[in-house]
Amino acid sequence: MPALPDGEPAPADGALPADLGRPGSGFGVYVHVPFCAVRCGYCDFNTYTATELGGGASLAGYARTALDEIALARRVLDEAGVGGRPASTVFFGGGTPTLLPAGDLALLLDGVRQAWGLKAGAEVTTEANPDSVTPESLATLARAGVTRVSFGMQSAVPHVLATLDRTHDPARVPEAVRWARDVGLAVSLDLIYGTPGESVDDWRRSLDAVLACDVDHVSAYALVVEPGTRMAVQVRRGELPAPDPDDEATKYEVADDVLAGAGLHWYEVSNWARTPQDACRHNLAYWRGDDWWGVGPGAHSHVGGAAGGVRWWNVKHPRAYADRLGQGLSPAAGRELLRPDDVALERVMLGVRLAEGLPTTTLTAAARPAVAGLVADGLLDGRAAVGGRLLLTRRGRLLADHVVRTLTD
Amino acid sequence: MSPIPSAAQSQRIQPAATPPELIRNFCIIAHIDHGKSTLADRMLQLTGVVDERAARAQYLDRMDIERERGITIKSQAVRMPWAAGPEGAQQPYALNMIDTPGHVDFTYEVSRSLAACEGAVLLVDAAQGIEAQTLANLYLAMENDLTIIPVLNKIDLPAAQPEKYAEEIAGLVGGEPEDVLKVSGKTGEGVEALLDRIVELVPAPVGRADAPARAMIFDSVYDTYRGVVTYVRVVDGQLTPRDRIAMMSTRATHELLELGVISPEAIPTKGLGVGEVGYLITGVKDVRQSKVGDTVTDSAKPAEEPLGGYSDPKPMVFSGLYPIDGSDYPVLRDALDKLKLNDAALMYEPETSVALGFGFRVGYLGLLHLEIVRERLEREFDLDLISTAPNVIYDVTMEDGETVVVTNPSEFPGGKIREVREPVVRATILAPSEHIGAIMELCQSRRGDLLGMDYLSADRVEMRYTLPLAEIVFDFFDQLKSRTRGYASLDYEVSGDQAAALVKVDILLQGEQVDAFSAIVHKDKAYAYGVMMTAKLKELIPRQQFEVPIQAAVGSRVIARETIRAIRKDVLAKCYGGDISRKRKLLEKQKEGKKRMKTIGRVDVPQEAFIAALSSEQSDAKDKAKK
Repeated sequence: MPALPDGEPAPADGALPADLGRPGSGFGVYVHVPFCAVRCGYCDFNTYTATELGGGASLAGYARTALDEIALARRVLDEAGVGGRPASTVFFGGGTPTLLPAGDLALLLDGVRQAWGLKAGAEVTTEANPDSVTPESLATLARAGVTRVSFGMQSAVPHVLATLDRTHDPARVPEAVRWARDVGLAVSLDLIYGTPGESVDDWRRSLDAVLACDVDHVSAYALVVEPGTRMAVQVRRGELPAPDPDDEATKYEVADDVLAGAGLHWYEVSNWARTPQDACRHNLAYWRGDDWWGVGPGAHSHVGGAAGGVRWWNVKHPRAYADRLGQGLSPAAGRELLRPDDVALERVMLGVRLAEGLPTTTLTAAARPAVAGLVADGLLDGRAAVGGRLLLTRRGRLLADHVVRTLTD
Repeated sequence: MSPIPSAAQSQRIQPAATPPELIRNFCIIAHIDHGKSTLADRMLQLTGVVDERAARAQYLDRMDIERERGITIKSQAVRMPWAAGPEGAQQPYALNMIDTPGHVDFTYEVSRSLAACEGAVLLVDAAQGIEAQTLANLYLAMENDLTIIPVLNKIDLPAAQPEKYAEEIAGLVGGEPEDVLKVSGKTGEGVEALLDRIVELVPAPVGRADAPARAMIFDSVYDTYRGVVTYVRVVDGQLTPRDRIAMMSTRATHELLELGVISPEAIPTKGLGVGEVGYLITGVKDVRQSKVGDTVTDSAKPAEEPLGGYSDPKPMVFSGLYPIDGSDYPVLRDALDKLKLNDAALMYEPETSVALGFGFRVGYLGLLHLEIVRERLEREFDLDLISTAPNVIYDVTMEDGETVVVTNPSEFPGGKIREVREPVVRATILAPSEHIGAIMELCQSRRGDLLGMDYLSADRVEMRYTLPLAEIVFDFFDQLKSRTRGYASLDYEVSGDQAAALVKVDILLQGEQVDAFSAIVHKDKAYAYGVMMTAKLKELIPRQQFEVPIQAAVGSRVIARETIRAIRKDVLAKCYGGDISRKRKLLEKQKEGKKRMKTIGRVDVPQEAFIAALSSEQSDAKDKAKK
């Protein structure tokens, strides 16, 4: 799983720095649920199976522990003078949040409501595995206030799912989508492309399967073989071929064509939605530099608005997390105060990924001349640039990191 | 009676007062590892110049200090007393042992050392036989009319084959195999007999004591504390400490601050007379003011004719030297300035490369010299350097008669060329005879002409070739070693030049010439070079946001081409759980990486790619130098 970033130690009481600056325009809550039924070979997320977990931290006690952090969060934000803002988005991510009983998720959502309140029309998403939901559990979630579910479909092709260690039956996906719809939930499907052994035709089959479900939101992520995963070992031993970036580029273009053809438009490099209202507002908040509090082991938070502020991250292991909160301490492991240079780079890095683009004025004067070159190379949209916005072309989306480096030199 | 002269006898061999007939000047010709240092130490010990304990300490020290301080601490010429002659009629003698540089690059220095002697001990490892460089120095000694005393060393080794190699040596120097002395520097066996043999066979120096002073400089070293220490052999007349001396090549005069002999420390003396060997110090700070081969005379009563054989050092091999970190350029410049004080042959001038930035074009005597300089710069001055592939000097004559001297391939002129001349060498290769075929094949592929071949013994052969120097500076020695399973040895000396069909191959990245990769090669090899270099660069240069053609061209004609396909994907799919710090740091790291790249046209090339593309040639040069 990914190491935590380097940073300074966070204070034991979780207090935020004094000079926070203007808070971000919105406020969201992320709740990490660090449990999975099985560990997938490619996955380096902070998640644990029952056997990996050992004693001292349990699925059953998790909701109560996380509620302790929510209480702490409320106090800390109040003390920093940035509290009292109702949450506009809540996101349960994992892990597999739906491995928790639906009632526990409801309990956690209630905790958020009590701490800050939910804005009218707030977006409340949970990630789910297609085989970890039932019509009943989805109904419970909807009743509790969840508005949106994002299914980890990954692929519709059995041999691809097998390579990814995904256990669900592809036929279960359309079923789960229908159940979710039936209880009024908006639905997103998550896909992974570039899995070793996946052909372009396999990928098209997965995209077709997504379209057949007629959802309004799709995320498609290129497979990254992260160091330390079982898949990385298999690739190193030559048991699996490494993902080929050219193949991934082709699949990205195929996805963009197929999805756009079906009326789903990109709004972020890896995300497509039918209308702007179907976009995932919680994820947009990340890209826009809004404030959010991340609850749970290894969760990341940001407070201080687009102009700067502080990022911090919690201890990774659920047991260490539970121990800290049990002692009345903040679970934060480290933090980083953003300097103006950091903020400048992040604004470009995050903002340029969005279809809404980034005002050219975001760039330093020194970086602006580079825009023309990127337009000439076909990486930035010329018309948007003339209009004062930095908007990636499709080729530019695939080379977004290069664009960012060029624009922040 | 002891072979160490008695006090009364010693009075007869005092410096400045020793009759020439009691002086013997000799050097030791040996291949590296054949035991010259051990034998020299043993001689110092037997002659009482150092006692046994000090001798051992010195031997142990030598390993470190010589490596650390180079030649400055070495005894360039040690004066040793020795009594020899028939029992009851022994005479005291002053033996001067003169050190010779061991390598082909320093043939000129070797020749000057030899010119300071009347005799040479040819020292050969009894387990290995003679090597090519030793043979070359032997020929040089014979040309200088030196008396050769053949000696087999390391006879204590189990693998020694003294009979076999005695025969080989006798075949080379004349005489009978029985005349070859057999010694062990390690045990001391036979060394006394060798000293006696030196007294017996090496002629006494001859010179005119009443003539104006003439002394030949055979070495000149820079010492941090004393300035330049110059080693001389007096031929005619006498040098005394009060003299003002003149260098005959430049007519520059210097005050003589100190004059003396080494035995084994520097001992100031009242003077140096005919045939004597010693040192002098004038206070100059740069060895260029005290050049090897020059004649020292008395400025008040100067000689008319200098001693023969002087020449200025002439660099034969050139290479660009660049700091890997461009900000080290001033450090490199200062370091070269310092090395120059102690190395009259080192030449350099500033040079700029589009690919490598600011550096120097450095001229060397040969590949070992190149390697020594590079190693000293890296070790003593803590510099990380990249050196371009070594090349030789070319004389280019244009159609209009204009001539251009090319020391850097990128200066090779365009336009109509009438003739290109390149230096050639006479190479001597010694190897077991079973490898003759492989050696001939290699030399032919390097445009070599076989001059002759002789059997040294039933199974060892000496082959003589003329070869273009440029063909030797490019991985020749590696190839030779690998084709003869390491058994061949090589020596060469520069011998004139020849016209050849040479062309410059340029390497272009996206149409931009990359100066560091230009090479002058024979036209038949241009294609192979182009294909090799373009393929190598294709592997080394990362994909860019656009397609990058890599071309090799002779003039405007493209002879090889590779294409680096454009990169299609350079984007991180997502930020896990909002870990934006991680992604930002990754980008910052990538940006740092980009800053370290050199931009050719629009192509970002990592420094490592340049190093790797030039490195196979570099490591070749390194191995060659270690021969």
